[in-house]
Amino acid sequence: MAKELIMDIKDFSFKYAGAPKPSLMNINLPVYKNKITAMIGPSGCGKSTLLRSINRIHDLYPNNEYTGEINLLNIQKNEFENILDIKKENEFIKLRQRVGMIFQKPTPFPMSIYDNVAYGLRLSGLKDKNILDEKVEKALKGAAIWDETKDRLKESAMGMSGGQQQRLCIARAVALKPEVILFDEPTSALDPISTKAIEELISELKEFVSIVIVTHNMQQASRLSDFTAFMYIGELIEYNKTDKIFLNPKEKLTEDYITGRFG
Amino acid sequence: MKRLMINKIVLLLSTFAAIIGLVFLAWILTTLFLKGIDAINWTLFTKDLIDGGLRNLIFGQFVMALVATIIGVPLGMLAGIYLREYGRGVYVNIIRDLNDIMMSAPSIVIGSFVFVVVVVPSGGINGWAGSIALAIMLIPIVVSTTDNMLSLVPTELREAGIALGGSKHKVVLDIVLKAAKVGLMTGILLAFARIIGETAPLLFTSGTNSFWTTNLNNAFPSLTVSIYDLANFPTDKARNLAWAASFILTITVLIINLVGRFITRDKG
Amino acid sequence: MNRELIFKRVAFSSATLILVLLLSIFIMLFVSAKPAMSEYGLHFLVESNWGKIVKIKSDKSKAISQKTKRSADKSDDLFADEDSPMFSDQTMPGNDQSEQVVKTKTIYGGFVPIMGTILSTLIAMVFSMPIAMGIAVFLSEIAPKIIVKPVGIAIELLAAIPSIIYGMWGLFYFAPLIQKVIGGSQISLLTAGLVLGIMILPFMAAITRDAMNTTPDVLKESAYSLGATKFEVVKDIIFPYAKVGIIGSVILSLGRALGETMAVAFLIGSVFKISGSLTSPSISIPVVLANNFGEADPQMMSALFYLAFILFILSFGIIALAKFYFLRGRR
Repeated sequence: MAKELIMDIKDFSFKYAGAPKPSLMNINLPVYKNKITAMIGPSGCGKSTLLRSINRIHDLYPNNEYTGEINLLNIQKNEFENILDIKKENEFIKLRQRVGMIFQKPTPFPMSIYDNVAYGLRLSGLKDKNILDEKVEKALKGAAIWDETKDRLKESAMGMSGGQQQRLCIARAVALKPEVILFDEPTSALDPISTKAIEELISELKEFVSIVIVTHNMQQASRLSDFTAFMYIGELIEYNKTDKIFLNPKEKLTEDYITGRFG
Repeated sequence: MKRLMINKIVLLLSTFAAIIGLVFLAWILTTLFLKGIDAINWTLFTKDLIDGGLRNLIFGQFVMALVATIIGVPLGMLAGIYLREYGRGVYVNIIRDLNDIMMSAPSIVIGSFVFVVVVVPSGGINGWAGSIALAIMLIPIVVSTTDNMLSLVPTELREAGIALGGSKHKVVLDIVLKAAKVGLMTGILLAFARIIGETAPLLFTSGTNSFWTTNLNNAFPSLTVSIYDLANFPTDKARNLAWAASFILTITVLIINLVGRFITRDKG
Repeated sequence: MNRELIFKRVAFSSATLILVLLLSIFIMLFVSAKPAMSEYGLHFLVESNWGKIVKIKSDKSKAISQKTKRSADKSDDLFADEDSPMFSDQTMPGNDQSEQVVKTKTIYGGFVPIMGTILSTLIAMVFSMPIAMGIAVFLSEIAPKIIVKPVGIAIELLAAIPSIIYGMWGLFYFAPLIQKVIGGSQISLLTAGLVLGIMILPFMAAITRDAMNTTPDVLKESAYSLGATKFEVVKDIIFPYAKVGIIGSVILSLGRALGETMAVAFLIGSVFKISGSLTSPSISIPVVLANNFGEADPQMMSALFYLAFILFILSFGIIALAKFYFLRGRR
């Protein structure tokens, strides 16, 4: 299988507004197309910070500082663009439609199941009812909750179970046909059965999108991902194919973490 | 893009609304300060209303608010303690809801109530009636503050007290109230600031009085009621006095509020 | 009895005091309003005269239904003073000797103050709601952090300023401006309503902002990561999420406006008239109470209590509505 880059993070450093020192230092990380890249590391290592940089969600809060490049492949033009150069509101909107995000806790919007999935589509200007119906159905099927929701599309999404809500959020992101989906510990608030369902879903999704997932669960990283990055106190310690990281880590720190000696 | 236009317009409108609001409020404050500083002088604090000063009014307003606080705070705190520490079930929830309703009851209605139950039986307006009206305004605020502040005290603290062999009321009085002290103090200060600026409940309970008196059985001097009288009096002298009184009142209320904030920020 | 039990009982009694107070307010207002209630009945609500003296012809001691007395001579409609020497309370059966005794009675109706209260509150709400929402959105979503805190504190401090200050400022500074801009009288329903609006503005803005701030950040971030703009996040996420709290805040402000006395008293004019124009003077329930309580005779007093009772019920109803439908579980 040929490895094709979709994203390339180069010398990226990040400092929160008012923080005394940077939270991320000189990160270099490739993200391959239609692969799952996992980021692991103890709490506070900066893995979520890095993830949230990739769709510039940090920019909702002012005065964060960053340097370096996060290059994202523009598929039409077949060239890389540095997303850190984005300044205009409409470019942010486009970026976020191309790079979706799933959060730790399910975030259903206070509206019906159907409207949740249709929300992003409507924002992007889609009005045609038939096309909307079709895309919503496809997204729900893609997130493996069509069977559970097809008879209650008009009901509020708040009434679903946590696992269902998380899959709804995935459907909502998938509906926009993003190129990358970022998962920020997507199962940490779920029970084991829901977790398994979400994991299966994520591995199916990589056929269509490239995935970056932050997790503190090492089994999850080893089960799911193709590549793994181990981070520690703002630095990327080791990056490799997942099996190499777990079976034969090069760094002592990685080995200690994976074998559970700290963290 | 149309969406971005709408977005921009709405954000601008919101910002504009905030500016309008702040402009009005700045206008009120600057007016008050300019007129107040103009009208204020030291003799206001040494003479009574009858001689063109405010001394008796300031004293009277303060005394009534203080008496109201002395009456209202223990009752309100005890009620709050009951709601949070002792009460269970429906009754407590009903009292909580009624208390919230009480807190929003029109102050003029409270004034008319006190008129019936205090002023009429006692044969005329007096300082006690005014204090009682203010106390009725104060109690629900103190109940609500106490209830909320005690809810912030961790359960473990109570359990630890009980485990050491303290009886429940001992634990509540010695541990829980102490733990919530800062919040309670602030709440009481803010409640005091709220009632000291009240006019409506005093209009026909204490009325006001141009003369110096310390006897709460008399019609009692009230700064706010006198502001209302003076402002409607068609001479510049009376109006200036009203502005000076308003200035003093507002400064007092604002300072108490700021002190309240400062205490919580300091410790919280 | 041990101390524990005493303490518990005392605390219980204090809590019950709230119930007792509220009940006694209700009962005392009702009892005091009773004479007016039995005299005027519900017609009080639609009767627009206040203190109008009318003649009643009593033939054969059969008292004519008082409510239909509109035929009174206009010339008798003096400046209806409550101390009118011609006043007599009721037709006493005993001294009803001659057939042609002309008796007078005074009619009190609540229509004007009730309408005045509703209209001034309405003006206040229409004026302040959009601005308060704007301020709340500004504070919770738009303003940079450095501004949020001082502006937030300023708004809260302004909510603490006694309402009489707003009234006085309104009378001497705001009303002349409005007259210049819109025309009409300085003393009017409009200026009273607007000043009332300015008075409740900081309160409404502060509690609406608190309601909006309950929306979890992650929910907003979710919407942003689907490509939503700030306005879309406010409209589709924050408003629906915080809907209940926001409506509750608006209703609480409404309750405050309804019962407010001093901000209105300076400006509404205390005229028992409701004309088609908002720029003419009128009166509201709290202001009727404030200005007439001191020197009312028993009949008028009872009418005043009828008004106070109506105001109490109105405000009770509105706050209860806010509590039971919108603010459940917010403690």
